[in-house]
Amino acid sequence: MGSESESPSKRTWVARAAGSLAVLIGTRKGAFILRGDKTRRSWKLSKPMFLGHIAHHLAHDPRDVRSLLLAARTGHLGPTVFRSSDFGKSWKEAERPPAFPKAPEGQKGLVLDHVFWLTPGHATQPGVWYAGSSPQGLFRSEDGGRTWDGVSGFNDHPMRSQWTGGAGDGTPDGPKLHSINIDPRDPNHMYIGMSSGGVFESTDGGKDWKPLNQGCAADFIPAPDPEYGHDPHRVLLHPLMPDRLYQQNHCGIYRMERSEGKWIRIGRNMPNSVGDIGFPLVLHPRDPDTVWVFPMDGTEVWPRTSPDGKPACYATRNAGKTWQRLDKGLPARAWFTVKRQAMAGDVHEPVGLYFGTTSGEVWASRNGGASWSCLAGHLPEIYSVEAAELK
Amino acid sequence: MKVYIPTPMRSYTNKKSVVEAEGPTVGAVLEKIERRYPGFRFRIIDEQGAIRRHIKIFINETPIRNLEAASQPGDAVHIVCALSGGI
Repeated sequence: MGSESESPSKRTWVARAAGSLAVLIGTRKGAFILRGDKTRRSWKLSKPMFLGHIAHHLAHDPRDVRSLLLAARTGHLGPTVFRSSDFGKSWKEAERPPAFPKAPEGQKGLVLDHVFWLTPGHATQPGVWYAGSSPQGLFRSEDGGRTWDGVSGFNDHPMRSQWTGGAGDGTPDGPKLHSINIDPRDPNHMYIGMSSGGVFESTDGGKDWKPLNQGCAADFIPAPDPEYGHDPHRVLLHPLMPDRLYQQNHCGIYRMERSEGKWIRIGRNMPNSVGDIGFPLVLHPRDPDTVWVFPMDGTEVWPRTSPDGKPACYATRNAGKTWQRLDKGLPARAWFTVKRQAMAGDVHEPVGLYFGTTSGEVWASRNGGASWSCLAGHLPEIYSVEAAELK
Repeated sequence: MKVYIPTPMRSYTNKKSVVEAEGPTVGAVLEKIERRYPGFRFRIIDEQGAIRRHIKIFINETPIRNLEAASQPGDAVHIVCALSGGI
């Protein structure tokens, strides 16, 4: 596995690999792993893991390559996290899963409905993981997911309720904290996204947070240019250019250069007939100007299917000035949705892309989206897709 | 007393459908089961101490609403995954 020239202890990002890889799939009815060889032409689907569990996110630890964490619950049972140190052969449940603190007598406390998001921590902090939840909460583990504590600087922040809009405000299946980004230069510098709430930044390891939404539309809020209350669907910083952020928002596709401090709606350059609404967002591992999105229909009642039922990925190679439609091999007509955590890229050359659909298909491209093929079908509704580079 | 375990929870109880535990309240009974089978309680009781929305607990044939419900030796505690539709 190749890596950037800087010391791995200082940089999390592996920018190029040529070995075998795996696609990690979280679904409404359990988790699956697609194992691929280094050519990315031969794939083998695992048996279901945790069949019947709602697997919100199956995430890989690139620091030790073998560890996986799974955010799960069932229709009846409360939320938990399972962890594997042998790439899914065996699992153990977290001994203390993420949970909000018990409220003082007579007060109403938050109840964690589900863990929605899992992100491994900085390269210099092995064993550290972060989790985002519904309702919006941020949690941290320092022992590889065995025990979890709330990040009090966020969960108990006096503005949290206002930032998130309270319990009644959020996406139809529950308000969520997602898109946890750690600055590869500084483990104390973090970004999160909240639906609803917006993008927030911490520069002190999560002790305090500030909204970072200037320039981003929130056309569902009566007030013009609100400071918070936005609906980012996916937020990413580029590991090789960490002062550049991208987000796929409820109200379009945006880029921010931190030196400018303002979101620019690069989705305005998408074709009008397609628009710039969608859930997922993928960055090129070696080119901060290249971004892939998967647009969806955000008109009227928000079908969230592809515009006109014609699935397509779109790519920009110039940081959003122009966009190219990439649909070769995809169905001419289909009515699935690609959820916010259900699209990912690998770090091979050319870059491989993977997305999962609500209709249970996994699609892949070995050439940066130029052509697509279906790797797996007839799976349950897909909630998350991650590409894991193996040694 | 006998505590009847629903199938989704038997991964915690070594597949046992019934476990024995004593306590003056249902909450105390569940604490004892938690000590024996770590992780059990949080899947059915949330962090604020409420019975989760789709879980029902009965003492004998009487549904209870909170963990302060008294229990006595010889009672049967039924933990039930409520019929609540689903997909």
